[in-house]
Amino acid sequence: MKSGSNLEKVLTAGHFAFTGELGPPRGAHAEEVRKKAVFLKGRVDSVNITDNQTAMVRMASWAASLILIQEGLEPNYQMVCRDRNRLAMQADILGACALGIRNMLCLSGDHCQFGDHPTAKGVFDIDSMQLISTVKKMRDEGKFLSGADLDGKPQIFIGAASNPFADPFEWRVHRLAKKISAGVDFVQTQCIYNMAKFREFIRQANDMGLTEKAYILAGVTPMKSLGMAKYMKGKVPGMDVPDEIISRLQGVARDKQAEEGIKIALEQIAEFKEMKGVHGVHLMAIEWEHRVPEIAERAGMLPRPKV
Amino acid sequence: MIVAKRKPFDEIMQLVKGHKKVLVVGCGTCVAVCLAGGEKEVAVLATELDMGRKLANNPVELGSITLERQCDREYLAQLDGMVKDYDALISMACGVGIQFLAERFPDKPVFPAVDTCGLAVNQDVGWYEERCRSCGRCVLGLTGGICPVTMCAKGLYNGPCGGTNKGSCEINADQPCAWFNIYERLKAQGRLDCLLKVQPPQEWKDTTPRTLIQPGYTKPEKAKT
Amino acid sequence: MRLNYPSNVKIILVPCTGKVDVIHMLTAIQKGADGVYCVGCLEGACHYNQGNLRCRERVNHVRSLLQEVGLEPERVRMYNLSSGEGPTFAAYAKEMTENIQKLGPNPLKKKAGVA
Repeated sequence: MKSGSNLEKVLTAGHFAFTGELGPPRGAHAEEVRKKAVFLKGRVDSVNITDNQTAMVRMASWAASLILIQEGLEPNYQMVCRDRNRLAMQADILGACALGIRNMLCLSGDHCQFGDHPTAKGVFDIDSMQLISTVKKMRDEGKFLSGADLDGKPQIFIGAASNPFADPFEWRVHRLAKKISAGVDFVQTQCIYNMAKFREFIRQANDMGLTEKAYILAGVTPMKSLGMAKYMKGKVPGMDVPDEIISRLQGVARDKQAEEGIKIALEQIAEFKEMKGVHGVHLMAIEWEHRVPEIAERAGMLPRPKV
Repeated sequence: MIVAKRKPFDEIMQLVKGHKKVLVVGCGTCVAVCLAGGEKEVAVLATELDMGRKLANNPVELGSITLERQCDREYLAQLDGMVKDYDALISMACGVGIQFLAERFPDKPVFPAVDTCGLAVNQDVGWYEERCRSCGRCVLGLTGGICPVTMCAKGLYNGPCGGTNKGSCEINADQPCAWFNIYERLKAQGRLDCLLKVQPPQEWKDTTPRTLIQPGYTKPEKAKT
Repeated sequence: MRLNYPSNVKIILVPCTGKVDVIHMLTAIQKGADGVYCVGCLEGACHYNQGNLRCRERVNHVRSLLQEVGLEPERVRMYNLSSGEGPTFAAYAKEMTENIQKLGPNPLKKKAGVA
């Protein structure tokens, strides 16, 4: 075991993993985290805690991760390269591990321009690929990025994100390969809507042997409404929403759109369960944590394995 | 002006080792003045490459030319007829020129022979000191004409920090403390009031690629080629 | 004074060693010269104040360039003497020639395409 995290145990035991996501509040109320956590507890193997997502300031992801541990859930601590330099990152990794955090997701982070402090200077001292290899070096070699020895290796299950849909498509699988060779243990993908393209991506990853080197969790975000689908299609960079998704949502009454969105997600999850090279699903129910129990139940994900 | 430093020879050799016909392109403006990539430096590099490749039993056919500037289309156009005769280009211009050259000849590999080091003053022949980071929000009017972004190692807007040491910076006794100098200069000018107000966080303008269109000018629908 | 100095030395006259540029020395080696040395006035006695000092800097630069390229830096040297020192001139020519003979011929001469 590299970290002994629940997520690692579930995956190494060969179970189909199911992870969730929780965005920390824009304020100091720990209660907000606890309230959302209730819906996720027992329904997912690990919960991603976002790090200033979309460049909006929120409660620190390590802090919200600790609240989650207090509530008996397992966090997957997200860290973006945008907000801290290599000193702060390594310090946070040590601190997070010391307080019981065992999973980490290494990300570049959205540009500051998208958030609530658009004129902030992005740090980007190192990038996500370099962050992955930094964590691996700390964990496996017991060394800082500088090469100096550290005392007490951080036991972290190392994660990264992958977007199978951004251009150029044929390069995506090679970028995944780079992350895996940098030291990633598991990968969570961008929200998938274009199943044909994702099947092709996974086929390439299978052919290259990548799915044997790291666990791949397919990203699913149920559409809450037609408006959300149109926004995702038109406004979110790197998102691929095919017309058939839009027309399915258009084809039902407004008050049935959320149900239709969940149905689409359930169909996807059913396919992922059978798909060679996919080891789990990462459910990003954005500001929809209260629907996770229902989705988990209907997707046949419950009960979660005890490992 | 923009200053640059010639890359180590081994690095350049490595970059072009697979190419048999190479054109070395110098720039006659900033990098010529700072003795990094003008006509003379082009001649030296071409001679070095010729000798180095012969000694490595991998001879290379070299051409060399120094343009007035590599950051202007009209000068790059001089190369249009000759580039087809080479399988790679080496540019000795600053990073701006290198990219503009590569943009004009997208099917040719373009390799840099210099590292661009910043915007600097000419203290003496061969001696240059950085003065500007082109942040896009100049505060020199409040800081006695001394840039805190460039000249303070921490880029502080409300200095000096506690590391100032008898006029030197904490990083190095030979590095003057920018904020000590700002204080001294403003004091001599009777303008210390400039420093009393807290300077708010900078609204950074250099975090995305910038385009500048001067008043009275417009960007054409389709850029000229 | 009828002094003998090795006949393989080819003298190129310049008004001041400050006139000698890096590319001159480098090109000589490129074209097959086994060695290049500059003979300037004594340091501190340059008619143009800095000429011989500049030459020394350039000689040092050429030596480092030769090293980068893979040739012996000893093929290039700087000497200083005053204009009245004929015997010293001959001695330097002899010393340089001996040093170069120890190094052997310029390896570039064996390579194709060297003029």
